[in-house]
Formats: sequence, C-alpha cells, structure tokens
Amino acid sequence: MSDFAWTIQIIYVLAASCFVLGLHLMNTPATARRGNQVSTTGMVVAIAATLAIIVHADLITTTGWIVMFAGVLVGAVLGLYSARNVQMTAMPQLVSMFNAVGGGAAALVGIHDYMTAGAGVSATTSVTTLLDVIIGGVTFSGSIIAAGKLQGVITSAPVTFPGARVINLLVAAVGVGLGAYLITSPSTALLAVVIAAALVFGVSMVMPIGGADMPVVISLLNAFTGTAVAMAGFVIGNWAMIIAGALVGASGGILTKLMADAMNRSIRNIMLGGFGTGDTAVALAGGPGGDVKSISADDAAIQLAYASKVIIVPGYGLAAAQAQHEVAALAELLESRGVDVSYAIHPVAGRMPGHMNVLLAEANVPYPQLKEMDEINPEFARTDVALVIGANDVTNPAARRPGTAISGMPILNVDQAKSIIVIKRSMGHGYAGIDNELYVDPKTSMYFADAKKALTDLAAAVKTLVG
Amino acid sequence: MYPALLVDVAIFILSLWVGFEVISKVPATLHTPLMSAANSIHGIVLAGAMLIAVTAHNTVGYIIAFLAAAFAAANVVGGYVVTGRMLKMFKRRPLTASQVAANGSHPNGHHDTGPAA
Repeated sequence: MSDFAWTIQIIYVLAASCFVLGLHLMNTPATARRGNQVSTTGMVVAIAATLAIIVHADLITTTGWIVMFAGVLVGAVLGLYSARNVQMTAMPQLVSMFNAVGGGAAALVGIHDYMTAGAGVSATTSVTTLLDVIIGGVTFSGSIIAAGKLQGVITSAPVTFPGARVINLLVAAVGVGLGAYLITSPSTALLAVVIAAALVFGVSMVMPIGGADMPVVISLLNAFTGTAVAMAGFVIGNWAMIIAGALVGASGGILTKLMADAMNRSIRNIMLGGFGTGDTAVALAGGPGGDVKSISADDAAIQLAYASKVIIVPGYGLAAAQAQHEVAALAELLESRGVDVSYAIHPVAGRMPGHMNVLLAEANVPYPQLKEMDEINPEFARTDVALVIGANDVTNPAARRPGTAISGMPILNVDQAKSIIVIKRSMGHGYAGIDNELYVDPKTSMYFADAKKALTDLAAAVKTLVG
Repeated sequence: MYPALLVDVAIFILSLWVGFEVISKVPATLHTPLMSAANSIHGIVLAGAMLIAVTAHNTVGYIIAFLAAAFAAANVVGGYVVTGRMLKMFKRRPLTASQVAANGSHPNGHHDTGPAA
C-alpha cells in the first residue's frame, strides 16, 4: 500500500469515527445538534479525501470532471430545496426519498464497477457487486413506492391480486438465480435483467403493504439502504462506506424491530402484506357493546381547567388533522393556569418512528414534556384527566388480555387515569379493527369532532369559562 | 485467501456492533431525527459516486456518473440540512413570543412555520 493510499484510508476511518460520535451524541436532545455538526464535519472530510484520490489518480477526463460537478450541483440544489421546504408532517416521505436516492446511487456504483471491470472481475468482487446492485435496486424502487403511498399519490390501501405472491417469488428467483449465474459468467445484458428484476421486486414488495404499516417499512428500507451502501463499499474497497453502511444498517434494523414490536406484528407478517389497512378504515362505523357517554366542550373544558395533572395522548388522528399547533395552544393555556401537562407518546404515534415528537416540537412543545411510553405509564394512576386525541388501539385495555387481535401489544395505561376524555371523529375502529374497551369505561367521555376543531373549541371554552 | 476482503468483512461486522450499541441508547423522542441522521450518513455513497467519474470514459459511463453523483449529493445535502432543521426545534423550554418572531425571519428567508392550516 502506498503512503497516499494509507493516508486516505486513515482519513476515511477518522471521518467514520465522526459518524459514530455524531450518532452517540444523539442520545439526548441537548447534545443532538452538536452530533449532527460532528457528523457533517466527518462527511466534509471524507468528501475532501475522495477529491484528493481523484486528483491523485489523474485518470479523470475533463468531461468526467464536468459530469461529476454537474451531478453534485443538481443533486445538492434539489436536496437543499426539499430539506428546507418540507413540512414536518411530510417528513416520512422525504426520508423515504433519501433512502431511494441513496440506494440508487449505491446500485449505480456497483453497476459501473461491473461494466468497467468486465470479464476480469474476481468471483468475490462480483458477489458483493451483485448484492449491491440487487439490494440497491430494491431499495430504490421500493422507497419511491413507499414515499408515494405516504404522500397519497399511490393508494395507501394494500394493493394485491390473486397470485401476487407467486409472481413476487418468481421475480425474486429470477433476480437471485441470474445474479448467481453472473458471478461466474459476466454479461452486461444479463445484468440489465437482474437490475430490472430488483426494481420490479421493490415495487411488488411495497405495494401490498398497508399505510398503517409504513413506520416499519420505512425503517426496513433504511436498513436496506445502509446495507447497499456497505456493499458498494466492499466493491470499491472504501472503508468509510463500509462503516457508514453498517451503522445505518444497524440503525434501520433496530428501528424496524422496535416498530414491529410496538404494533404487535412480526416483520414477516407485515412484509407478506395484504392484511394492513389504509388510512380511511377508521371511518367505518361500528359500536362496541356498552354505553358510550359523550361530553360537551364546556364540560370537558371545566374538567381540564380544574385538573392538577393532565396527560395528553396524541395519535395518528392528530397528525392527520394537522392539529399539533392547536393541542400545543391548549396545553399552554392549561399550564398558565398551573395544570401539570405532559404528553404520552406511543412508539408508533405518527407515520415513522418518533414522528409525533417532531410534530409537537415544531408546535413549540418543550421536549421534557414529551414522555416515552415506559416513562409515562406509571403516571396515569396519578392523573386527573387523560386527553386522548386520535389514538385508538394503543389505548385499548383489551391488549392486556389474551385472545384479542392486539393481545400483547404494548399500550398506554390511559384507563388508569381518574377521568378520560377521548376526542374522535366517530366510534370507528382503529387499525386492528376491534372495539376499544376504553370507550365504554364509565370514567370515559367521548367528544365527537375533528381534532383540530375540537381543540380550538376546548381552548376557547377554557378561556371563557375560567379565563 | 482474500486478505483484503477479510479485512473489509471484519470492519463491517464490528461496525454493525458499534451501531447496535450506540443507536440502542437513542431515546424514542429522537427516533425521527435519528433516522434522518442515519440517512445523511449513508450519503457517504457520494464518495463512491464521485469515484465513478474517474473510470467513466464513454457516454454510458458519464450518464451513470452524473446520476449517481446527483442522487448521492441530494441524499447527503438534504439529509444533513433536514436533520439540523428538526433538531433545532427540540427546545427545553417554550419559546417566548419574541423568540418565535425571530425564528420566523430566518436570515436566509426560510420560514420554519407549521403546515398550512
């Protein structure tokens, strides 16, 4: 190894250390921003080292330089524009698009390497190259479909037809089989077939998955992207890419597992798809057995205003109604009256891991008020009013009993509060399609309204009645 | 056998463990910024994308180099910017009215306002 190559690899390892340190600093909101800065520094260093390689190798043509800078410029402008203008509710789509382009770029690295190396490629290199191309291709098309579903451009309902799974299996078999064949007999034409199979598989993998399962899918595709980048790192012998890819793979893997557990679904069950529902399923009517008590804005406002401790339980319905600013305004009003207010955040509240926290942080809610499930659950018993907004299954006490669709699912202990107010559009079912026993609890009052309107009315009522 | 590949595989596996160890300590509150930060980190694929240009010597090669560079640059720039934007919103105490007003007039004319009602 030349001195130059040595130096570059050491710089890459230092850059990768910045990535690890950056992720480490994300263990508390107080240091997370510094973490992002450390990670950015590592990235700038790694890119500078890469430029040094290009200059040192002295093989690049003038056209090569122009093409490279033009590509970087176009990409950087697009990335910057979308990052600055995206709304926080649309964050899952953006993350999904970044997964797509990351996976796509990794696949292109593999494709180019395969085409230039030609017949001279060794068997081990072509194994990693083909893995890179296949995983990258699946991530690229799968993430675009996922983003489309999240954006509502593609139906969020599961799309499936008879024999879909057989076709999926066939496509996968063609991709993997041809890929294996290509290891020993290189052919650019056949590589194109493998790429096509990977792209088709990405589409057919995500299409049958319902909108409510998106937090799992987006995490899984994140893990895929990381793996694809690591494989690309193997192909060109770049340590920074191998380390970074492994870190992202680990992160995506952990989040996938956490999300699947929080939804009480196995990853296999979600990926086989077809069972999940779209976002509209909540509109289906269906009354649980037992009496449901409804409440007026004035009565609810009085309960809230004279409580000493209130826990707000926001769910997907709050995000769908884009009512995070209204809930924050109500909470602030209550706090100004001396009420202790906190938020109970279930791991799958929102459309991607941790999404609800970002929405509330954007609405100016201080993060110490955002409590994770395990932290807040013991507090419900000491709570005067639990205000549930657009959350359903994650509050259903039926999860504690065996034999229901959600048995074993971790839930928020909302039913232990002294009094419960549920803001909901109708008595419709949640994602699991079962009755919520919380709604017939004698301590529960239902407030039937759109979340945004309900919260505005509540805040107004608090002001007039006790202001 | 293949000493270079063996080293690469060792680095990959050890990095996976480091990743599991570090990331399992990130609180659920920060899971969205975490995923976004992970996204920016896989933007390192830009290094690979730039290196394509070194060995690209025909039209197909140039097209691949351009696409890869554009994809990866969008990933890395967008990823870091949006992560920073999100993390900036996590505050220990609520902002005062004047601070909110100051945030509204960001130096770059960028508005961190909420979704349109």
